[in-house]
Amino acid sequence: MAKKHLMEGAHAVAEAAIQAGCRFYAGYPITPSTEILEYMTNRMPQVGGVAMCAESEIEGINMVWGAAATGTRAMIASSSTAISLMQESIAEMAMGQIPAVVVNMSRGQSDYFQATRGGGHGDYRTIVISPSSAQEGADLVGLAFYLADKYRGPVLFMGDFLLGHTTEAVEFKKFDESDLPPKNWVVDGKKVNRPRRIVTFLGDSGKTYDYGDHMERSVGKFDRIQRTEQRYEAGYLEDADLVMVAFGFPSRFVKYAIKQLREEEGLKIGYIRPITLWPYPTDIVRETSERVKAIGVYEMNNGQMVEDVRLAVEGRCPVYSIGGISQDSSGFGVGSALSVEHISNGIRRLYREAVVGEEALVR
Amino acid sequence: MSVEVKDGMFKVFSKPSTMVEKSHHMCPGCGEPIATRLIAQAIEELDIQTRAICTAGIGCYTGMPSTLDIDVVQALHGRAPSVATGVKRTLPESVVFCLQGDGDMVSEGLQEVVHAAARGENFTIVLLNNAGFGETGGHLTATSVPGQRTKSSMMGRNKEMHGMPIRMAELIAPLEGVAYAARGAVHTPAAIGKTKRYLKKAFQSQLDNKGFSFVEILTMCPSGWFIEPEEGPQWLQDKMVPYYPLEEFKT
Repeated sequence: MAKKHLMEGAHAVAEAAIQAGCRFYAGYPITPSTEILEYMTNRMPQVGGVAMCAESEIEGINMVWGAAATGTRAMIASSSTAISLMQESIAEMAMGQIPAVVVNMSRGQSDYFQATRGGGHGDYRTIVISPSSAQEGADLVGLAFYLADKYRGPVLFMGDFLLGHTTEAVEFKKFDESDLPPKNWVVDGKKVNRPRRIVTFLGDSGKTYDYGDHMERSVGKFDRIQRTEQRYEAGYLEDADLVMVAFGFPSRFVKYAIKQLREEEGLKIGYIRPITLWPYPTDIVRETSERVKAIGVYEMNNGQMVEDVRLAVEGRCPVYSIGGISQDSSGFGVGSALSVEHISNGIRRLYREAVVGEEALVR
Repeated sequence: MSVEVKDGMFKVFSKPSTMVEKSHHMCPGCGEPIATRLIAQAIEELDIQTRAICTAGIGCYTGMPSTLDIDVVQALHGRAPSVATGVKRTLPESVVFCLQGDGDMVSEGLQEVVHAAARGENFTIVLLNNAGFGETGGHLTATSVPGQRTKSSMMGRNKEMHGMPIRMAELIAPLEGVAYAARGAVHTPAAIGKTKRYLKKAFQSQLDNKGFSFVEILTMCPSGWFIEPEEGPQWLQDKMVPYYPLEEFKT
């Protein structure tokens, strides 16, 4: 058995990136992602990599762009508002097919739209991976780099302040990526006996401005990702009358509440936890909607992922949102919204209305 | 460098081997192709073609690196110095240079270039300064000269409304990380010859790992200045050179 380390989620994600071969990092301090910057600036020199204290998020993401263009595995981590600052670059990295991992240790879960709808301009998608624990964070960083290289584009890694700041036992596993193609498109400072390479979002190498061809290729790629890369975890779906959908660290509270409600009150409730937020695990949500009485969504925002659930359900069953935002002194909008009791009460009320048929209790 | 061909005839010029045979889309009288050719010559004469990587900004000149037979990374408007940082830091043996215009560098991306210079990044930045946004059809940038009429300053640049233009080479030169800073131009044969020497010095400074090197090149933009192509060099001499002195600021 591999050695286990007791680590903060942010550090686990950073170390997993190093072990996945990340050798360039650029960051700018912002709560709650600062710990990744701290870890990387200390750790990167030990493995011969580069960690830059970028003077702004825009400079940071563009440094990552340059490093990735040389074939180096590159990452940037930040939070919410600062991810907004990077969106022009992320959008054009998607168009330029430049692989990188962008970590958003978000504040609450209100960046769902920002992450899954692109956030920037143009006709592009980014794969969005959402872990729910430090261990899963460590596991999925390798996947994020793999998918970035496989499909050649930026992959968003969507953590949250709880993931970043919770200390858990973590072991680091080797990720099999033997099927990745060689990076024969990068600038490597060795233009000897080969044609020049142009890494550009404006068109294909050597055919600058051939935008139509480029778009076709990109769109085809996104369709393929949508069909083949949906990831999720699910439980108790066989007998469930109500299925709850939740993602990220808060989904652990939902799972715990469901286990309690099943064991103590005999309520037939299942859960689906999307691991990829894009592509959304539409297939399992659609299948589930054909045999349950209702689907509930818990998310710590004003109702964002619920739209993807409704798109998958297409009216086959009612969909309710029981998440929400609340105030607390940290300003992260968590407060009482994230407690097992609060979530249990919400799910129980929803069950009584949507499954048992009691008077409307859910707004 | 002249080579005797035969019967006392000397060949003094030929297409640099670092250029590909490809047409470009620049306007008649534009100075940017001359500047690009000087870069091609400097790369050829220093024998760094296999190691050279251009990070290009966004402007008219964006298509020009595709006339160079070297590797290129296209950057977003204003962001080339950061992209170059990522390239050079991961490939220290390469010879990296940014090609940026005044709209790209001085208007949109000023903090990128200043930070890269202050960090002493060991690469070269070439600023093509034509005192305006050429690609959009002639609009005011942070280097448009006093009194200059553009489509977004029809009454001319005035101090009260627009402030005064930024002298980039002078701004960059005093920063500790900067090893070389100069300003040349491409409006006369003498200036062209001198500018090529500046470019070679800048690349040499990078080859010697001395830090950040910067060459500003004043280029003609008759379309953006709303004059005839043949009037470009004189306009540059009369309107730009008095405000932007042609010299080396740090060696």
